[in-house]
Amino acid sequence: MLLAVLSGFILALFAPLICRVAGDRCGWVFALLPATLFVWFAGLLPEVMANGAQVVRYPWFPAMEINLDFLIDGLSLMFALLISGIGTFILIYAGGYLKGHPYLGRFYVVMLSFMASMLGLVLSDNLVTLFVFWELTSITSYLLIGFEHEDVKARASALQGLFVTVAGGLALMAGLIMLGTVAGSYSLSGVLASDADLIGHEWAVPMLLCILAGAFTKSAQVPFHFWLPNAMAAPTPVSAFLHSATMVKAGVYLLARLNPALGEAELWTLLLSLFGGLTMFTGAFMAITHTGAKKVLAYSTIMALGTLVMLIGIGTHYALVAFATFLVAHSLYKGALFMIAGILDHETGTKDVAEMGGLAPLMPVTAVAAAVAALSLAGLPPLLGFVGKELMFEAVLEAPAWRMLLPVLAFGAGIGVMVAAGIIAIKPFYGKRLETPKHPHEAPVSMLAGPVVLAGLSLLFGVALFIPEQTLVAPVVASLGGTAEKVHLALWHGINMPLILSLGCLVVAGVILRFWSRLQPQLDVLREGLGRFGPEAGYFRIMEWLTRIATWQTRVLQNGTMGNYMITLALTTVGITGFTLITQYGVPLRLPVPDSGFAAGIALLMIVSAFFATGTVSRLGSVAAMSIVGFAVALIFILFSAPDLGITQILVETLTVILLVLVLFRLPGFTRMSSPLERWRDIIVAVLVGSLMTVLILAATEVQFFEPISAEHVARSVPDGHGRNIVNVILVDFRALDTLGEIFVLALAAVGVYSMIRLKAEDQTA
Amino acid sequence: MREANTLILRTAALILVPMQLLFSVFLLLRGHDEPGGGFIAGLVASGAVVLFLFSYGVSATRELLRVDPRDFLGVGLLIGLVSILPSLMLGQPAMTAQWWEIPLPGGGYYKFSTPLIFDVGVYLTVIGSILTMVVGLSESEEPDV
Repeated sequence: MLLAVLSGFILALFAPLICRVAGDRCGWVFALLPATLFVWFAGLLPEVMANGAQVVRYPWFPAMEINLDFLIDGLSLMFALLISGIGTFILIYAGGYLKGHPYLGRFYVVMLSFMASMLGLVLSDNLVTLFVFWELTSITSYLLIGFEHEDVKARASALQGLFVTVAGGLALMAGLIMLGTVAGSYSLSGVLASDADLIGHEWAVPMLLCILAGAFTKSAQVPFHFWLPNAMAAPTPVSAFLHSATMVKAGVYLLARLNPALGEAELWTLLLSLFGGLTMFTGAFMAITHTGAKKVLAYSTIMALGTLVMLIGIGTHYALVAFATFLVAHSLYKGALFMIAGILDHETGTKDVAEMGGLAPLMPVTAVAAAVAALSLAGLPPLLGFVGKELMFEAVLEAPAWRMLLPVLAFGAGIGVMVAAGIIAIKPFYGKRLETPKHPHEAPVSMLAGPVVLAGLSLLFGVALFIPEQTLVAPVVASLGGTAEKVHLALWHGINMPLILSLGCLVVAGVILRFWSRLQPQLDVLREGLGRFGPEAGYFRIMEWLTRIATWQTRVLQNGTMGNYMITLALTTVGITGFTLITQYGVPLRLPVPDSGFAAGIALLMIVSAFFATGTVSRLGSVAAMSIVGFAVALIFILFSAPDLGITQILVETLTVILLVLVLFRLPGFTRMSSPLERWRDIIVAVLVGSLMTVLILAATEVQFFEPISAEHVARSVPDGHGRNIVNVILVDFRALDTLGEIFVLALAAVGVYSMIRLKAEDQTA
Repeated sequence: MREANTLILRTAALILVPMQLLFSVFLLLRGHDEPGGGFIAGLVASGAVVLFLFSYGVSATRELLRVDPRDFLGVGLLIGLVSILPSLMLGQPAMTAQWWEIPLPGGGYYKFSTPLIFDVGVYLTVIGSILTMVVGLSESEEPDV
């Protein structure tokens, strides 16, 4: 199980190498992995159908309840099958679509990592690892949207997607922590089995809102939907895989997963069905205002995501069956349609369907696949999409909340997707032949395999309904908390309300499609008008304010004068520490007397050289005087028998002097830049800091809350650490993790200094 | 920065630099029982290289080092991380010290351990950090390098 999830990451490591060896055929090689996984996951199905959910455990950080545990039930298995199954065709397709691209190796690295993260997300049983995989999908999505990184728009879209999903991710983290705390378990199976009162708990509302924020941003629900159409800047295989079939469904997955635990909450039902319904309608409506093939599909994806969220919210038996059916149907036809949109773009050289026409004779296979997939999108018999849509209407008509609103939204959405389906499947392929930038011909096998198989499955599943019913829908319904035995799918339910609604949709959609080209200018105006006030405008306003505040605070805090930095830092420290010290402790008045003349002499030496350092007009003299202070500190260490500290202090002091001297050469001559008044201010600040430190040290030596840990260290150094030098034993054994952190910081500082020097040097030469 | 053109410093450096480097290795190896250890040894070793740098200049120092100072950083951190692996492979909590006694000719033995490996990592990282800064600063003095 662990290997199945992580194999994608492992293969990703070798992806560039494989690309170089296998050349143009590398897509087929990579596809072997998801294909194998698909077969393996499918092999788990009978077991799960017979015995229910199973948990496979791999301890990772058992002390912190963070484990690589995997929950295998109908829901996770169906997602795993979709990811690996569609992934297989996507990887093959990408080989054709990005043939000869210079960064093909890099593409497969990220794509395979994404696939592994997504599998981890849907299979993970631990809330923390689920979150880790969740964030990994956001990051890989960012890299894939911005894959054409020289394109400004792609970069901006990638960043937008990242901001929205990661902001939601933060909320989700808070929500999951609350969930784990309230339920008393950080494992999903534990949460689902928990008898704690999740809904009645005082944290229930913030917890629900946080989890919903995470799921809604990820699954592009209104008002966070705007990032998804922009994400279409990614190469088409990415759009088909991440932004339609898998990643955007992560939010839906999480909601479905938590539905048995939280579905009873009234807030859950209300919010999910309302936002889902609104998203469904908005997506379907926006889809028909666009002419870019991928944009139309992106908005129809939003519609589908909204539908799924709404169905979870409704939560009745019909809704759950509709959810499972719709999910399978959508993944199949939408994957196919995206790949077809990619083929059109690839073969004609334009993304705009308004510029295409009469392509069917030139690309017969593509045209047939498009027609089948689009029929499923439109929800017409005998395809699986029809069954999904009928069930959705059925569920909406008996919804427990928003009973007036949801059927209207569903009817509107039904019209929208039918028009969208027509735009994709009729407009480019039939009618008058239009000239396109490139001369189109049939796509290569690698690019046709996906659409043909997925569209074929849409048809097969629609005709032979018992296949999805028993293998996919029933197990999913069971893991959503419904009764699997009651699941029965059928194409013909007699003449009932859903069928009448469907017919109504078809008529209206036909009319709209007839006049769609003529309506385009009006739709453009409408879209632009909405864009000015839509949530995306809000996003830009927030980003603008963020930049403005950042600029303002940089101007105030980072004003570039060393003196100001020092004063700010010093005064802040004096203020906060001094306040705490005086209010919590009081000022210690007992001044210790040095117990030897030697220590007093060293102290005097330090004081004199410190005064000399501030008074001298020579930089070198000042550095030398400061180093005397440093060496005197080393003497004190040695006096109190800490040879290691003494040696370190001497060495550090020596190297500091060397570094300072190196820098001194680069400074202009010593000039007095401050006015007398400013110097008085500096003196006061210096005196304040000095006094604070003195008082602080006095207080620290007086107070002893706990037995010092040093005795323990001394006692355990030889038996446990095998060393007599306690300092070193602490550094490399007892507290080795701290040291590891410190050397990383040290290295980082060095790299920082180095890049600053380099940047400066380049500035001068440029 | 320009190298100091004094014969005395140059001659002294030729003797001092190898001695100091040797001393740093001595400090590193004995560090667990006597004053010393990776951090101090790293400082001593960088001091040696900086002495060489002052007497012979940057390009000569680069030739002496053979690798870029930044490589020390990477290798040092890597060794520090590698020292975690034995404990993980034995199924113990990360960074549990492992001790092996390697017999030496003449009856004694040498205590070899993961803390020592870790200390070598610290040693190299310290050298790498200081040299990266010092060499970087010196090179920015002479733009022709």
